[in-house]
Amino acid sequence: MNKVSIFNVAAGGKARFFSLVLLLVVGLVPVDDARAEYGDVVLNRYAESEGMRPVIFPHWFHRIRFRCKVCHHELGFEMRAGSNDVTMARIIEGEFCGMCHNGEISWAVDNCDLCHSGKPGLKSGIHGGSQTKGPGRW
Amino acid sequence: MFISRVFVLIWVFSVHGLAHSDIDKRQWQPLNNDGLHDPASPAMGVLQEPAEALRPLPGDYAGNQVLWVKALREGYIEPRSNIFPDTTVEFLDMDIIMENTSIMPMVLFPHAEHTEWLDCKNCHDIIFKEKVGANQINMFQILQGEYCGRCHGAVAFPLTECFRCHSVPRDTFTGQYGVQPKTSTDANPQ
Repeated sequence: MNKVSIFNVAAGGKARFFSLVLLLVVGLVPVDDARAEYGDVVLNRYAESEGMRPVIFPHWFHRIRFRCKVCHHELGFEMRAGSNDVTMARIIEGEFCGMCHNGEISWAVDNCDLCHSGKPGLKSGIHGGSQTKGPGRW
Repeated sequence: MFISRVFVLIWVFSVHGLAHSDIDKRQWQPLNNDGLHDPASPAMGVLQEPAEALRPLPGDYAGNQVLWVKALREGYIEPRSNIFPDTTVEFLDMDIIMENTSIMPMVLFPHAEHTEWLDCKNCHDIIFKEKVGANQINMFQILQGEYCGRCHGAVAFPLTECFRCHSVPRDTFTGQYGVQPKTSTDANPQ
């Protein structure tokens, strides 16, 4: 058996090697939303299909007021964009954003437009000018 | 006498002014032109602008252009540690040196800076096994958003800042790898 490795040039690995290098180089270039603030998250799994603007969550705004551990430990937000099934029903029941956005700790969910403030067509995930947006997922 | 005092005052103010303008050239995009917010949204003009919130904080050139740990430790910000009164707020002051970094300087991982923001359970054992040497960390995986790359490159300082982690020169280091003897006493256990 001819073992194929990215470093094995004779076995066609040269093309693989260069495509890997190309992937890394392209990955280091900020391709979209370079203007958005670092760490901004777009939530648009349901919003737009339900007739609302996509949600923009600004990490910078929240970390001035709360340490990461409040949302990512106490409130149970998984630290991976896309892995939290955030719905308005669950928020109104007090989960996720609803732990604070309940009119007690912060303003309540009837201020729809303050979160649902994104441009139409935005893709869910971390945006925010990450300078290292590689081939991975955030 | 009076004239010399005036000159001193002019000098003091000019130096101060120059220093100030030299340091803070940071710019943040207004929300209505950040590529994400809809300029037609009623939230424009209501939501706080990044420049307003972040300019008073200690400056950086990467990420949010804020040194978040410094901002926290020096009291520029006082973010809450918990919402529920019975939550145990955990803190750990333990530095770890990772020696398998090839030609790069070794990595010093400070638990203190991390646990001021995060809970132990955010990383252990979901992202990192709670045992020195048990995690096969490499930069390819970090660049793909695994291990340190969960936060660094997304919300914490980006992966362009190699030497903030790779900070221990191998040739002058004489201590032990792994867990370091405690030296710092100024950590802030909040």
